[in-house]
Amino acid sequence: MRVTMTVNGEEVTREIEGRLLLVHFLRDHLGLTGTHWGCDTSNCGTCVVWLDNEPVKSCTVLAAMAGGHEVRTVEGLEQNGQLDPIQRGFMECHGLQCGFCTPGMMMTTRALLDRNPNPTQQEIREAISGQICRCTGYATIVRSVQWAAAEEAGTRTVLEEASS
Amino acid sequence: MTATEERRTAFEDNDKKPLGHGRMLRKEDPRFIRGRGHYVDDLQLPGMLHLAILRAPMAHAKILSIDTSVAQAHPKVKLVVTGAMLAEKGLAWMPTLSNDVQAVLATDKVRFQGQEVAFVVAEDRYAARDALELIDVEYEILPPVIDVRKALEPDAPVIRTDLEGKTDNHCFDWETGDAAATQAVFDKADVVVTEDIVYPRVHPAPMETCGSVADFDAVEGKLTLWTTSQAPHAHRTLYAIVAGLPEHMIRVVSPDIGGGFGNKVPIYPGYVCSIVGSLLTGKPVKWMEDRSENLTSTGFARDYVMRGEIAATKDGRILAIRTNVLADHGAFNGTAAPVKYPAGFFGVFTGSYDLEAAYCHMTAVYTNKAPGGVAYACSFRITEAVYLVERIVDCLAYELKMDPVELRLRNLIKPEQFPYTTKTGWVYDSGNYEPTLREAMRIAGYDELRREQAEKRERGELMGIGVSFFTEAVGAGPRKDMDILGLGMADACELRVHPTGKAVVRLSCMSQGQGHETTFAQIVAEEIGIPPADIQVVKGDTDQTPFGLGTYGSRSTPVSGAAAAMVARKVRDKARIIASGMLEVSVADLEWEKGSFHVTGDPSKSVTIQDIAMRAHGAGDLPEGIEGGLDAEVCYNPSNLTYPHGAYICVVDVDPGTAEVKVRRFVAVDDCGTRINPMIIEGQVHGGLTDGVGMALMEIIAFDEDGNCLGGSLMDYLIPTALEVPDWETGFTVTPSPHHPIGAKGIGESATVGSPPAIVNAVVDALKPYGIRHADMPLTPSRVWEAMRGNHQPPI
Repeated sequence: MRVTMTVNGEEVTREIEGRLLLVHFLRDHLGLTGTHWGCDTSNCGTCVVWLDNEPVKSCTVLAAMAGGHEVRTVEGLEQNGQLDPIQRGFMECHGLQCGFCTPGMMMTTRALLDRNPNPTQQEIREAISGQICRCTGYATIVRSVQWAAAEEAGTRTVLEEASS
Repeated sequence: MTATEERRTAFEDNDKKPLGHGRMLRKEDPRFIRGRGHYVDDLQLPGMLHLAILRAPMAHAKILSIDTSVAQAHPKVKLVVTGAMLAEKGLAWMPTLSNDVQAVLATDKVRFQGQEVAFVVAEDRYAARDALELIDVEYEILPPVIDVRKALEPDAPVIRTDLEGKTDNHCFDWETGDAAATQAVFDKADVVVTEDIVYPRVHPAPMETCGSVADFDAVEGKLTLWTTSQAPHAHRTLYAIVAGLPEHMIRVVSPDIGGGFGNKVPIYPGYVCSIVGSLLTGKPVKWMEDRSENLTSTGFARDYVMRGEIAATKDGRILAIRTNVLADHGAFNGTAAPVKYPAGFFGVFTGSYDLEAAYCHMTAVYTNKAPGGVAYACSFRITEAVYLVERIVDCLAYELKMDPVELRLRNLIKPEQFPYTTKTGWVYDSGNYEPTLREAMRIAGYDELRREQAEKRERGELMGIGVSFFTEAVGAGPRKDMDILGLGMADACELRVHPTGKAVVRLSCMSQGQGHETTFAQIVAEEIGIPPADIQVVKGDTDQTPFGLGTYGSRSTPVSGAAAAMVARKVRDKARIIASGMLEVSVADLEWEKGSFHVTGDPSKSVTIQDIAMRAHGAGDLPEGIEGGLDAEVCYNPSNLTYPHGAYICVVDVDPGTAEVKVRRFVAVDDCGTRINPMIIEGQVHGGLTDGVGMALMEIIAFDEDGNCLGGSLMDYLIPTALEVPDWETGFTVTPSPHHPIGAKGIGESATVGSPPAIVNAVVDALKPYGIRHADMPLTPSRVWEAMRGNHQPPI
């Protein structure tokens, strides 16, 4: 079947099998390998992308279901050569180690900040609770999101950063 | 100093980029945060085919017949291979890392659920999976051996019928320490406490599963294998031995690895299948396992059933520890440990205490379960050793009605006793234990916590405080004692300084997320004063790096890190001679200040390392006997392991109504000697603590009586999310290693080793009003609930 969708602002059309998962469509057909695949059961969240601005697990969405919709992946976070504050936050606060869960974590927390610019630690933890990181122990991911929130609010100072 | 205090200091000096050790953002992160990492499954080669593996649905069965004709007729299928076909080429069996053999594809019978039976190579990954459904295997089901305690019963079915003359499921026996001396100490002791302690089977479950892309170039005769390997050089040598390919015609590349934790140390049948697939089709072949395959067939961890005994005086002087262990090794002995250490480094079960005697006897058996055993950040079984000693010490505290901190303080090895030789023969290089424990108590507010607990107990609330103190043994290891299948556990490092003063350092170890591109640039920068940003770190590609045994058992910094420091010093020594020529003074008249040499007493007369690099490659004269270039290579053979230590305190609340355990606080004070990048160290500790919460409270690979794996997906195998772990509180002390060139010790696994006993000790402490002295992991609500009702059962 033929499917057309917008991925990171660009319209794409491909012939696909009806059963093709969105994660494999993005990775194998479009070469957007920043979105990862880690389980089969929607538990790990390494495959999170946005479907019409809502985070979804792309291992549990058929590519065909994304037809006519807007998809955004980690490759779409950086705009005009400017990193998103959430990307900078992850680097500044050591929010990643092996990097495998990172794209999914960033897509989820970017969406969180879009609807809640100043989340509490608990709200951040709840937002990423459908995703697994085996490396960081999550505390530095929480700090990364707080860093990005403060950066966007223009309230980030050296000492706030240190105590976050 | 706590890590928070240290972070604040680091941020205040934010503009001061370290020219060596210190907090520095990671060099690898810019690609990861853009989704531009290079993982194995990201690789797409022209004409690449996809491989899928048919696996055994049951734990133990004879293979009567395999019909692949329908699968072969599938229009997208290029190849179907069975064990019988591999046997014709002598490839049906391969050696394990413990001198056993393992089936690549089963020929005679299947020995665990999930074992590899056949593989399909097809045009795409969906078609390959489809074709698996078309293979018809006829099995004759055999009774399985699942309960490790019954594996040696006379009527137990024999699993390893492939081994000539094998009439039982015995794998090996091993002992350490002095049985008679230990018995004598037990005989005279005031107090003896015995407890049965199980460390259940768990799984490392890295977020990226295992996989490979094999590409055999028939014209060149060269095989390239991109693979999820923590030890690319060791793998290459083994492929050369197994497949008979010349070693120089094999290139193994580990690109970015999505977490390893020991899961990516062994060679799995899937890797070999992808190589066979490429050899037979002449095309690149990709194999990427799914999550269930990862959980059911690749290297598990632990699975020790232990009886711990401790002897002490009535005032709390620990005299001896004795243990008897039944080890479940699964269907093949795939333990990845130095050959002379079949139980890994379990021999450090004497812990951090000054004992009079110790003894361990272990029996290892085969069962109808997946092979493995050394994985999940265990430092070669030190997880099990530390859990045993820290649990049994708490049992002693319970019986003596003593505070567990007080008991530990009374028995810790004293600083003046180092280097300390344990009763099982391990030489602890350095340690200053009491300040580390005191620092953890300070951060936790230990006395205040005990007061709070007393008040809560009055009100019927269940609050627990758990303590653990551990000594790790990492950095394997001295080649006279330690080898993997005959390969000595040394590591090499090569450093090239380019004419313009930029450098490339080539490692034999491998990063699975630890940040080697940053840490190793910092190690070299500290020694030769070239900024870390100007130092490229190359790893993972056997065509581009010197030989070494890879990364596991927290060995990167202790072994490869030492090699990196020493190769940089070798370059600096040569640079000094060149500088003496440039400044026209003798070598003895030069002083090194990070990044430049100057004439003693006249700092204005100086040359930078960059000046020297240009001269080394330039047209001018060099001092007599000095060849051009500024490159060097060393191979570092460690004289001993390094022994990091730490003190952990965990605070839990147990809901009396639901038996749910909440980890409220966790304080970790680690001592890993010299700290290269504190940010990365903190990250390593955080990750290990989360592993600890997983193992203590959630994770288990269990089996039903038929041998069905009950932890075969992430719906069944529960891993902590951000909601199950607290905001970690970390601190540190610094006791450098006396034999490591920069005094560093490993840190990658300390928290995984040290945290499970702290958490279990806390839960058991919370349950003290119920008269509970021990409960086995995982402490899920149902298991805690049963324990509260006096009905605690071991999990396996």
